This record gives sequence, C-alpha cells and structure tokens, in this order.
Amino acid sequence: MDYFLELFLGGLTRGSIYALIALGYTMVYGIIGLINFAHGEIYMIGAFTALIVISVLTLMGMNTLAILVIAGVIAVIYSSAYGYTVEKIAYKPLRNAPRLSALISAIGMSLFLQNYVLLAQTSDFLPFPCLIPDFEFMEPYAHIIGSTEIVILITTAVVMVLLTIMIKFTKIGKAMRATSQDKTMAMLVGINVNRVISVTFIVGSATAAIGGVLIASHVGMINFYVGFIAGIKAFVAAVLGGIGSIPGAVLGSFILGWTESFATGYVSSDYEDVFAFLFLVLILIFRPAGILGRSEKYKI
Amino acid sequence: MIKFNEIKRAFLVSIWFMFLTFPIMVIRVNPVERIVEWRWKNMILVGIGSFLLSFVWNYLMKRKELGVKKTEAGEETGTIPLAQRILGEKRIYIPGLVAIGVFTMVFPLIFSMYQTTIMTTALIYVMLGLGLNIVVGLAGLLDLGYVAFYAVGAYAYALLNYHFGLGFWMALPIGGVLGAIFGILLGFPVLRLRGDYLAIVTLGFGEIIRIILENWNEFSFGPSGIANIPRPSLFGIDLSVHSSIIYIYYIMIALCLFTVFVVNRLQDSRIGRAWIALREDEVACEAMGIDKAKTKLTAFSLGATWASMAGVMFAAKTTFVNPASFTIWESIMILCIVVLGGMGSIIGVIAGALVLILTPEYLRAFSEYRMLAFGTMLVVMMIFRPGGFIPNVRRVYKFEGVKSADKS
Repeated sequence: MDYFLELFLGGLTRGSIYALIALGYTMVYGIIGLINFAHGEIYMIGAFTALIVISVLTLMGMNTLAILVIAGVIAVIYSSAYGYTVEKIAYKPLRNAPRLSALISAIGMSLFLQNYVLLAQTSDFLPFPCLIPDFEFMEPYAHIIGSTEIVILITTAVVMVLLTIMIKFTKIGKAMRATSQDKTMAMLVGINVNRVISVTFIVGSATAAIGGVLIASHVGMINFYVGFIAGIKAFVAAVLGGIGSIPGAVLGSFILGWTESFATGYVSSDYEDVFAFLFLVLILIFRPAGILGRSEKYKI
Repeated sequence: MIKFNEIKRAFLVSIWFMFLTFPIMVIRVNPVERIVEWRWKNMILVGIGSFLLSFVWNYLMKRKELGVKKTEAGEETGTIPLAQRILGEKRIYIPGLVAIGVFTMVFPLIFSMYQTTIMTTALIYVMLGLGLNIVVGLAGLLDLGYVAFYAVGAYAYALLNYHFGLGFWMALPIGGVLGAIFGILLGFPVLRLRGDYLAIVTLGFGEIIRIILENWNEFSFGPSGIANIPRPSLFGIDLSVHSSIIYIYYIMIALCLFTVFVVNRLQDSRIGRAWIALREDEVACEAMGIDKAKTKLTAFSLGATWASMAGVMFAAKTTFVNPASFTIWESIMILCIVVLGGMGSIIGVIAGALVLILTPEYLRAFSEYRMLAFGTMLVVMMIFRPGGFIPNVRRVYKFEGVKSADKS
C-alpha cells in the first residue's frame, strides 16, 4: 500500500510540474493557435538562470531562503523576457503566414535556444542545489513524500488559482478571452491584440520558469536538453486535457503524471517516454478534442 | 540614409539583448568546484552584434513589406527567380547539366576516398530530402519523425543480413516495402490530424521507434547496435574496401537519379496534383472529390519508401547501425534541407542537401555552431523567404484566347 501511495504522490508531483509548463502551451494555443515549440526551452532557460543566480549568491554567502526567493524572481523575470522576445522575433512576423511556416519557425527557435545555452554554458549535467529545507512537521511522512514535493504541490495550486482569477475577472483576462474567440472582432472593439499576445507569452513563460526552478530542485540536476522532452510531455498533457482549456491542461497533466508514475513503477522504467507518446496517439485517435476541449468545426 | 530614429531603436535593441543574454552569456558557474567565471567580453560582442543585426532586420522587414504591398496592389512583379531563369534558358541549361553529369561521374576517380565518402553521405541526404519533400513540400504534412523510416530501412538490412544472410540487393527492395508499410501504419492514426498535432505525433512516433531499438535488446541488440554489415557486392564478387566505396558512390548516384525521376513524374501526376491540392486547402480538396485518406496515406508511404531505401544504403555504407544515428535531430536536419532548398522544388532540395551536409564537413571550425546556425536559418527563412532559395515555380495556365475575342 505504501508503494502505491508513493507512486500516487510521485505522479501527483510530476503532474503538477507538467501542469505548470502545459499552462503556457495551452494559453498560447488558445490565443494564436500555434504550438510554441520553444516553450520547453523557456522553461530550461528559467532553470539555468536560477542555477546561475543561486551559485553566485551562495558564493556571496547569503542565507538559503533569501537566495531561493531572489533566484525564483530573477528566473521568472528572465523567462518572461525571453518569451516576449521569442514572440516578437519568431512569431509576430508570421502572424498571417500559413500555419506550417509558423510551426517551422517555432522549431527553429527551439533549436536555436538549446544550442545557445549549450555553447554559452556547457553540455554537461549541472547539479542543482536543493534549497527547500526539510520541514519538521513532515518528519513522520518522509518515507512517502518529501518537503520539496509538498512545496511543488502548493505552488502549483496557488499559480493555478491566480491564473484562473486573472483570466476570469481582470481586464486583461477578458481581453485574452475575446482575442482567443475572434481576433478581428477583438481588434474592432478596441483591444490591442499585439499587447494581449505579448502578455500571454509573458504569463506563460513566467509559469514555465516557476516550473523550471521547482523541477530542477526536485530532480537535482539540469542540462540544456531538459526543456525539450519536458516540453513535449507537457504538450501531450495539454492535448490530453483539451488544448486551449486551462482546467483541461491541469487535468491532463495529472493523468499523464499518474500514468507515467504507475507505468514505470509497475511495468518498466525503460519505456517511460513511450507511454507518454502512446497515450497521445490514443487520445488523438479516439477523442481529438481532448477530455475537456470543445471539438471545433472547421469551416471555409 | 540612416535616420536618427533607427539608430535609437537599434541602440535600445542592443541594450535589451545585453540584458537578456547577461546571465547565460556572461556568467559561467561551476557548481562542483564553486568557481564563477565572468565573461564581460561576450556582453560587448552581443551588444555590437545585435546593434548591427537590428539594421539588417529592419532593412529586410521593409523589403518584405514592400513586396507584400506590391502583390496586394495586383502589380505583376514579373521577376522570375534567377535560378529558374537559368533553368529556363536551354543554352545554359544543357551544357550545365552535361558538365555536372561529367563531374559527378569522374568525382571518385579524381578525389580521394575521404571526399568520396563525404559525397556519398551528402547523396544519402539528397535522397532523404527528396523523400521528405513528398510529405512536407508536396502534401504539406509536417513530419518530424521521418528518421524513423530511415531507421526501419537501416535495421531491416542489418537484421535480415544477420538472421538470414540476405545481401544488399535483396534488402533494398524489401527495405523499401517495409518502409511503405510503416508509413501506412503511421498514416492511419494521424489521418484526422491537422498540421501541429501531426508534427507532435510523428515526432512521438520517431522517438518511440528509437527508444524501442535502444531497449529491446533481444531484437535490436540495444545501444551497442549491429556491426559487420556487408557492403554491396558486384554480381557476387566481394570488392576491396577502396573499390567498394567507389561502387557505393555510383549506386548512390543511380538511386538519386531514380528518385529524381520518380518524384518528378509523381509531381505532375494525378496523385501529385491531389497532394498539392491537399496542401492548399483540405476542405476544398475534399469538395473536389479527392479521397483525403488515400492521398495522405500514399504521401506517407511513398515518402517512407525513400527514407527506408536511404536507410539500407546507410547501413551498407557504414557497415554499422545503432540507435544513436536516428535521433530527432536527424529529422530536423532533413527538414532544414527541404526548407532551405525550397519546399516542393526538386533542384532546391538537392542544392539544400549538398550545401547543408558539405559545408560543416569542410568548415570544421564552424561545425560546433552547426545546430545554432540551422535554428537561425529555419526562423529567418520562414520569415523572409518562405519559399526557400530555389522556390518551386507554380505552373501557370494562361487564357490567351479570351483577349483576342474581346478585340473583335
């Protein structure tokens, strides 16, 4: 039973991290209908920035909690800046181009960012210090769930609630929903669509950065390639839940997290990535719109 | 004249990029030895680089907008791309073709074995590029798992030879047929998917094949791969290493010519026109009575056939296969070839393959930045020259009789 519980909670943690990345995908897709292939790289850059800041501050001898907060904030700022710039360079000029062009451009951007980090930093795995302290009240449950996992779960929940509030109740959230429904119409009623898209990219990148810092301290190491696979799996999660839908992305992430956790726990860990992809193919065959997505009718 | 505004803009851009690249470009940490290295030189380079690039970017953007306006105003640009004009001119075209033909025929005789091997590799990529061109360029289906079919071919030859002792000439058609079967197998589940989903599913398919090859030790011998695959034999005679390299080169030339011939014929056939219609608009294409499922499946399976045959060739050339040769980056590389050359254009794809494969071989210092350059290239090409360097020219039908009828 303990083993089952451990796998269950492991899947939950995994799922929350996928959720943080999947939110960015789903928001961007909902608004401009494009898979932001470079999203996984944004997440990786967030984690790298955090690692660099942590290393520098540790050498300066700050205390752990301050370092954690500062590193998190800087990682969020930088990831957002990267997300904003990537959109301006690679996607904005292609707003009216065929979908295939925008997609290829996105793949190019992903390739570029990976190799940029590879060349400027290193190709080795770097150890990522675990800065989240072990809570005392967690002591009796330590064999099932660690403090890092608890922090991950809580952070994910908070981010999710904040995002939902932003989209449901704020002015920019309303503008986002309008833009995703009909771009031309939104422009006609005076919404600055370019600004809305920029904000979407910034918000999506910021959540990805939070995910990046959390998963890096959970796994304990990073390299330039971590973003790619995590990005693809988060995408699978977003599709699973119904792309464009925020609760869908979260639900899809949890399902994917549990699937992977149980599959690796009871079947074999060699085929971990295969499960995610098989799942994606099955979902797309039987329910292309995802669990919570609306099926879209394609008209001329 | 460069205006003050533009300089100010470029200055702001360079400040922004200096800020953006600061942690990654300037600081390098070594968490194990606890050393922090500050590389301020990089920051200055980024600043100057982005300042200059911003002017280039603006200039290109303006030119692009001008072009868009012209076509919107209905003005005939009338400029056929240079490459196409040369091809249209019979006086240049035929001697040029003869010269290239003679050059490729005598290539292995004048250059060293090393050069011939590189050229053979480039020719394998020409074949892969032409195959992917069917799927991406003609049918407009973005396939990111193309390398899976390449792996199918390579492993088909390696395993058939290991278990049954089949030779190259037997394995080549079998590999091709296997590739086609795999193409259809992949094609079925993705029939209903549009562009971006398709890209991800095919990417997943490619990764699944690679992971299975890596982990299923009883079947594929895992990450260590299969060695000692025989090179092709000439009517049952085993050749020495040197002469067999030359022999492989000639086989490759023949295969490439065959590919070009088939793709060229396909392009103007009924099925080829159905692909192009599918690429332009799926709904309209169906309304015209084209069977969407059949068209997509043929595109997938024909594309896969070429990849698979190129895979057999690859196994025969290197005499060794392992899963590390078939990563997603290989797929993206082939995609780069098609995009750089020009989607749908045969000459473009050939030129793209030769340029992309040969340049890093000869500029060794540059090869470290290869992937960075490819990424940049994909973005820049899509923005400023979506048709590639040698774009495909659409067949234009003119109604000449109508005008004369108006006059009378």
